[in-house]
Amino acid sequence: MATITLDTVRKVYAGNVEAVKGVSIDIADGEFIVLVGPSGCGKSTLLRMVAGLEDITTGEVKIGDRLVNNVDPADRDIAMVFQNYALYPHMSVYNNLAYGLKNRGMAKDEIDRRVKEAAGILEIGNFLDRRPRQLSGGQRQRVAMGRAIVREPAAFLFDEPLSNLDAKLRVQMRVEIKRLQRSLGTTSVYVTHDQLEAMTLADRLVVLNGGVIEQIGSPISVYDKPASTFVASFIGSPAMNLLPVTVRDGGLALTNGSGLSGKNANGADSYTVGVRPEHFEVVETASADAAVTADVTVNVLEPVGAESFLYASFGEGGPEIVVRVSSHAQYQPGQKLVLQAMPEDVHFFDADTGKRID
Amino acid sequence: MNNKLHLSDHLVLLAGVFFMVTPVLLTFITSTHDAITIYREGVQFLPGDQFLQNYETVLFRAGGFTKEVDGFVMLKNSLILGLGFAIGKIVISMLAAYAIVYFRFPFASLCFWVIFSTLLLPLEVRILPSYEIVQSLGMVNTYSGLIVPLIASATGTFFFRQFFLSVPDELLEAARIDGAGPWKFFKDILVPLSKTMIAAIFIIMFVYGWNQYLWPTLMTTDESLFTLVRGIKQIMQVWVGSQIPAFNEAMALAILAMLPPVIVVIVFQSWFVKGLVESDK
Repeated sequence: MATITLDTVRKVYAGNVEAVKGVSIDIADGEFIVLVGPSGCGKSTLLRMVAGLEDITTGEVKIGDRLVNNVDPADRDIAMVFQNYALYPHMSVYNNLAYGLKNRGMAKDEIDRRVKEAAGILEIGNFLDRRPRQLSGGQRQRVAMGRAIVREPAAFLFDEPLSNLDAKLRVQMRVEIKRLQRSLGTTSVYVTHDQLEAMTLADRLVVLNGGVIEQIGSPISVYDKPASTFVASFIGSPAMNLLPVTVRDGGLALTNGSGLSGKNANGADSYTVGVRPEHFEVVETASADAAVTADVTVNVLEPVGAESFLYASFGEGGPEIVVRVSSHAQYQPGQKLVLQAMPEDVHFFDADTGKRID
Repeated sequence: MNNKLHLSDHLVLLAGVFFMVTPVLLTFITSTHDAITIYREGVQFLPGDQFLQNYETVLFRAGGFTKEVDGFVMLKNSLILGLGFAIGKIVISMLAAYAIVYFRFPFASLCFWVIFSTLLLPLEVRILPSYEIVQSLGMVNTYSGLIVPLIASATGTFFFRQFFLSVPDELLEAARIDGAGPWKFFKDILVPLSKTMIAAIFIIMFVYGWNQYLWPTLMTTDESLFTLVRGIKQIMQVWVGSQIPAFNEAMALAILAMLPPVIVVIVFQSWFVKGLVESDK
C-alpha cells in the first residue's frame, strides 16, 4: 500500500505527438482514483506510464517514496487488470494466478495459500483447474482480478476492465470492484471512458481532455461545480445544456435565437450558460427568483422508465435543450412550455476559454 | 438429385484415391516377387511369395560397395536427418521470429525481408557455395554437415512471425508485470501457445527433410551415412556384369521409406489441421 505521485508527467511519442502534457496528481494511500475522458485523452497512456509499460518522456512518477521512472514493471509493486483480461490461455486458472508469484521465487505453500485466499474472495475456487477459454466473461474478469490480488501489491491499476462485459454484468462487477477495493484498502488507479463508472467508483475523479487535466475532485463536487464546459458536458447523462448567451439591456439573451432571458451575474458581455437537465423546471409563469427562464417548443418526449427526457428547442434554428421530467408527464410535440432554473443551479462559463466563472 | 450429387462426389474421391494409391499398391505387390520375375514380366499385379525374404534382405543384409550398410542403418540415418532437419528448423525459425517481432533493433524489418527473400534461393541454386562452405569447415560426411546448412528456414520464420504478431500485446505486458523476462516469456507463454503451429511445421519439415535427395548425395560419400532415399538409388545402380538389378529390393526399400512419413502424418494429423485452422489465444 502506498501513495502514488505524478509530477508534471509528459509523454511525447515519435513524430512529436504529445499524448500527455504535464500531468500532476497526488494519490493518497488507499484512495480510489478514476481517470476519465474521451478516447485519445491520454488516460491509458498515463496509467501505462505508472505501470512502467510506457517510457516517461519528462516528469516523475513515484510509488510510495520511490522514484520509479526507470524501474521495471515487475519491480514497481503494482498489479494491472487489462481490458481484454490478458489471461494466459494455456494455463489453468490456478497457474494464471500463481505465475507472477512463481517468477518471484515465492515458496510453494505461500503461493498456494495466496491463490486459495484470492479464489475465496472472488468465488472462483471451483474453476481453479479450468482454462480461461472455458470460463464466461465475468469469470475471466474475476480471474484477472485474482491475478492482481494475489500479488498483494502497493497499487492496483485498472485499464477499462469492464468494457468487454455486457451491461448487466458490468454493473455487478462495478459494485464488486468497489467493495473489494474498500475491503483491501489498496491504492487504485482506474481508467474508463464511461462517466457513470467513473462517478460510482471514484473517491476522486480526474477528468482528462487532450492530455491535460480539466478537473480533479470528488464525483459529486465535479458534478456540482464542473470546472469547464468540457467537464460539464462529459460528466452527467444526459449532458448539461450549454447555451451561448450575450448580455443585452443588462439581461441575458441567446446569442442566436430568442426565448431565453436571465439575470446577468457577472461583468462580461457573453457567456456560456449551463443548466443540468434536472434543474429546468416546467412552470406556468416564471418566478421572479429564477436566474434563467426559457420559452421553448416541445420536440420529442423520451420515456426511459423512472423518468422521461423532454427535448425542446428555442424556436426555428435555435438550440435544443434536454429537460428531465417525471415519467408521468404528458407533453405533445409542438406544445409551448415555460422553463425556469434557480440561481444555484445555473453555471456560467467563459465564452472563449470555457472555464467556469463563479 | 441429392443422391446423384452424392454419387458423383464419391466418384471423384474414388478416382483420386485410385490415382494416388495404385502406384503404391503396385510397388508393394511387386516388392513381394523375386528380381527375375520382375525383370522378365515387369510390374506385378498379384502378390508373390517373396515378401519375407525381400524385406529381410533389405533390412538386414549389408550391401553397397563396402558391404557395411543395411536398411536399418539407412533408416536410422534418414530419421536423424528428418528429425534434425525439422527440429532444427523449428528452433531456428522460432528464435528468429521472436527476435523480429518482440525486440526493437535497428533494421529489424529489413532483416525479416532479407530472410524472407531467401525463399527465392532454394538449395539447388546455392548448392555450390553451400558445399564449399561445409567442405571447408570439414563437415563433409558428418550428420551436422548434413543437417545444419539446411535448417535456416524462411517459411518457418514467416509462419511464426505471423503467429507471434497475432498474439495480443497485453499478454506480453501482463507477463512483464508478472516478472517474466524475455526468456521466460518465450518459454512459458509463447512456446506453449505455439504448440499446434509447431506440430504443423514439424510434419511438413520432417517429410521434407526425410525426402531430401540432392544434398545428402553431395554431402555423404561415406556409405554409413547414406539415407534410405539414397539407398534406393544405390540398389538400382548395381548394373555391373551380368547381374540383374534388384528391382524387388528397391521396391521393398521404397515401401519402407514411405512408412515413417506416413506414420508421422497419421499421428500428427489432428494437430496439423488444428494448427492450420485454429489459434489458441
